[in-house]
Amino acid sequence: MKKKIAMYWGAGCGGCDVSLLGIHEKLLDVLEKADIVFWPCATDFKYEDLEKMEDGEIDIAFYNGAIRTEENEKIAKLLRKKSKILVAYGSCATEGCVIGLANLYDRDEIFNAVYLDNETTPNEKKIIPQGMEKEGIELPEFLPSLKTLEQVVKVDAAIPGCPPPSPVLEEALNALLEGRTEFGKEVALCDECPRKDTKPDKIEIERFYRWHEKEDDGSCFLAQGMICMGPATRAGCGGECTSAGIPCTGCMGPVPKVENQGIAMLSAIASIIEDMDEEKERAVMESIKDMVGTFYKFSTAKLLPYGRFKDES
Amino acid sequence: MSFEPKIVAFLCNWCAYAGADMAGTSRLKYPGNMIAIRVMCSGRVDPEFILEAFEKGADGVFIGGCHPGDCHYVSGNYRTRRRVEMMKRLLEEMGINPRRLRLEWVSATEGQKFARVVKEFVEEIRQLGPSPIKKEEAI
Amino acid sequence: MKVSIDPITRLEGHGKIDIFLDEKGNVERAYMEVPELRGFEMFCRGRKAEDMPIITSRICGVCPEAHHMAAAKALDMAFAAPPPETARKIRELLYNAYIFYDHALHLYYLGGIDVLMGDVPKEERNVIGLIRKFGLEIGKEVIKHRRYAMEIVKMLGGREIHPVTAIPGGVSKPVSEEEREEIVKKAKSCIEFAKKSMEIFKGVFDTERWNEMLGLDALHTYYMGLVDSKNRVNYYDGDVRVVSPEGKEVYKIKPEGILDYIEEHVEEWSYVKFPYLKEIGWKGLVDGKDSGIYRVGPLGRINAADGMNTRLAHKEFEEFRGNGVVHETFGYYNARLIELLNAAERMYELANDDAIVGGDIRAMPSEPGEGIGVIEAARGVLIHHYKLDRNGLVEEANLIVATTNNNAAINMSVANAARKVIKRGKVDDILLNKVESAFRCYDPCLACASHALGETPLVANIYWKNKLYRRLKKNA
Ligand code: SF4
Ligand code: SF4
Ligand code: SF4
Ligand code: FES
Repeated sequence: MKKKIAMYWGAGCGGCDVSLLGIHEKLLDVLEKADIVFWPCATDFKYEDLEKMEDGEIDIAFYNGAIRTEENEKIAKLLRKKSKILVAYGSCATEGCVIGLANLYDRDEIFNAVYLDNETTPNEKKIIPQGMEKEGIELPEFLPSLKTLEQVVKVDAAIPGCPPPSPVLEEALNALLEGRTEFGKEVALCDECPRKDTKPDKIEIERFYRWHEKEDDGSCFLAQGMICMGPATRAGCGGECTSAGIPCTGCMGPVPKVENQGIAMLSAIASIIEDMDEEKERAVMESIKDMVGTFYKFSTAKLLPYGRFKDES
Repeated sequence: MSFEPKIVAFLCNWCAYAGADMAGTSRLKYPGNMIAIRVMCSGRVDPEFILEAFEKGADGVFIGGCHPGDCHYVSGNYRTRRRVEMMKRLLEEMGINPRRLRLEWVSATEGQKFARVVKEFVEEIRQLGPSPIKKEEAI
Repeated sequence: MKVSIDPITRLEGHGKIDIFLDEKGNVERAYMEVPELRGFEMFCRGRKAEDMPIITSRICGVCPEAHHMAAAKALDMAFAAPPPETARKIRELLYNAYIFYDHALHLYYLGGIDVLMGDVPKEERNVIGLIRKFGLEIGKEVIKHRRYAMEIVKMLGGREIHPVTAIPGGVSKPVSEEEREEIVKKAKSCIEFAKKSMEIFKGVFDTERWNEMLGLDALHTYYMGLVDSKNRVNYYDGDVRVVSPEGKEVYKIKPEGILDYIEEHVEEWSYVKFPYLKEIGWKGLVDGKDSGIYRVGPLGRINAADGMNTRLAHKEFEEFRGNGVVHETFGYYNARLIELLNAAERMYELANDDAIVGGDIRAMPSEPGEGIGVIEAARGVLIHHYKLDRNGLVEEANLIVATTNNNAAINMSVANAARKVIKRGKVDDILLNKVESAFRCYDPCLACASHALGETPLVANIYWKNKLYRRLKKNA
């Protein structure tokens, strides 16, 4: 029997939806084995159609995007109920992705930046969108912090990547259609990076460089003193960025069994720097700017699920 | 209600742990609200342990290692120094006061120093108040 | 009485339409809301400048190239590092590949379904229904050419979705001779495909149904688009030109000056703001010369320009613009087709340009400062504005995205279409799809529009006598 699949888009960019179209002709093969019963981005089914389904009627539901509003949360729970297997699809759903960086700020700060304290927005009446009660227009509540799918409902499988690179996606789809929920590589990106032969055990540098500050000589980025998330990032993309002259920023998330990608990377960096005197060492460390944005670009929501802490004093 | 800070201390077997012992045997006083975890080298303290300690309820994390040049594994303590430096900056960006994390070099004979720095640290944390990470966890 | 379409489907992002009926059951007013916000403006602060092309790309996975490039252009300026010729051309080539595949997406998978399929039940209103109607052959051609263009993006940008190679001052990867050959071949095939698409759509354009669709909505607004020195449409670079509803040039603005000309209005019922021409002012949701509302995107660009920079597309342009500016909202489809052809031709031209395989691909940045990047996303003018601190970290970021520029116009078009199709409280699925289709002309990208906060495909609620009368419910 054909499987019933669903795809839903929470707070994300839509790139995950596009990535599903991005397997091109192979999508037609998938459609031979499965019917799409719910996919708001590409088909005309509405929420009611989903609500009417039996519990567990959907065989595999893919949820991409994070949980940012009440509405996202509601649909996540609804999909959980209606599906046998719920898959977190892409970095937003699994790790919170770059939009998780919003957890460094609170809700009011975000509203201020957008609506009040914004150079092209005069907004003399200081209006902040909240719906129009008398008209019955509601806007879904913006939650205090951004969450990953797993932080809200139980998830059976995850497809990493922002968005999942085609080979990763194809492998995952095949596995899922066969009923398997474990797939993907168990090693770090360095393992399949075209620059891996030049990866050093130790580096001696004066400071870290940012990629726009230095010509790329084609060797391992860490050897060149540029931070590359390769050692702490799961393999699968084949080194898309490192092949194109940009260090890995970690979109595939941590290597399986490693919980905390950012800490793993931070630790790796501390280990490969040559021993040096304390002053110099401090200067090297200080040349790394924006720790959270560097090490947790794709996983701030996991580091700060409730948002930034407020340690008084 | 008075606040009694909970401190998790990772102590290197060869130096700080011995130093702590010494502080104990020579009956020097240091505050008792500290859970000491013996490690073979401060270099074994993965930054993940530090974060975990905070998540499990520590108000402060103390790491004691051998003086520069004295590490039994040659450079474990240098690595620790770099990690701690980076961790402090990460904590700060997370909204956690980096003073909640402290690294000290304490040799096996420095029982007195051990007692002093721990006492100082406990005092400092007492002033900072309970860690916000714990608070969030309670929700 | 209020009608809601929730979620609006076949669009990029989340949206909802609320329609209010008067006593008699005719449309009084309608709103298109975007119930989502993600807060990019806020969390870009404190990030490293060079991360901006990578971070802001995640505003939208449908047009990541647009944000990637707008960010890179803003940084070129902020670091005073104008990219060398080769880098500029590589970026433009990548950019045209993006315009091509994005337009193809809209024409065959999203809005174009309304034009090609007409009033059919919802089960058929998708790409699979399209393949059934027009044959698997055309379906395969569509898929193949979108793949070609995306492969070009991947070759030049490193990744198919969320490219990474644009850096302050240039690009991080040169183009090899083999890659160039590959691109030439693919671009050529894309030209043929665009011509074929022209034919397919023209088949519909001659019909009565098309006239009926055109009649759903026409707005006499200002139009805005980037143009080159000869006032021809350019997606990657150029000055911003604004024409009046009569088609007269009112401004020609250097990109860095654009923010002096526009402002954004806030309404409590939408997370997405409403930009307008500052000098003319915000007069509410009305069109005409006295209202500062302008339109962007394919129709905005083609109305704001005097021609196209490639031969075949220019011919089509002349035919389309023969009688001056076009106000019919469904004209977005004609404009989009012309651009599909233009983008394919331009890819071919650039790939044949020897500068494309040059080795000088980046300029080294100097001290960080302030920068504005203006580019034409498929859906219209996109502006990134950053202020950098001494360390090259972002101090302030302001983003005005394409769909936001069209927000006011979209709201009016939805209301107009609703007025035409909903009478005396009579509503059905097909009628509602007409309302939605007015909206889909703009190919609105609500992912982009909600960059500011956070998410939902569209919903229509219909309210009558102060109560929710129908919730759409498209086939009920
Ligand atoms: S994971 Fe990446 S591609 Fe997918 S929705 Fe999130 S930002 Fe977009
Ligand atoms: S650190 Fe980066 S560049 Fe070096 S081998 Fe690993 S992935 Fe490749
Ligand atoms: S190199 Fe890193 S950032 Fe780039 S696609 Fe691969 S995992 Fe993602
Ligand atoms: S052995 Fe004490 S710090 Fe390494």
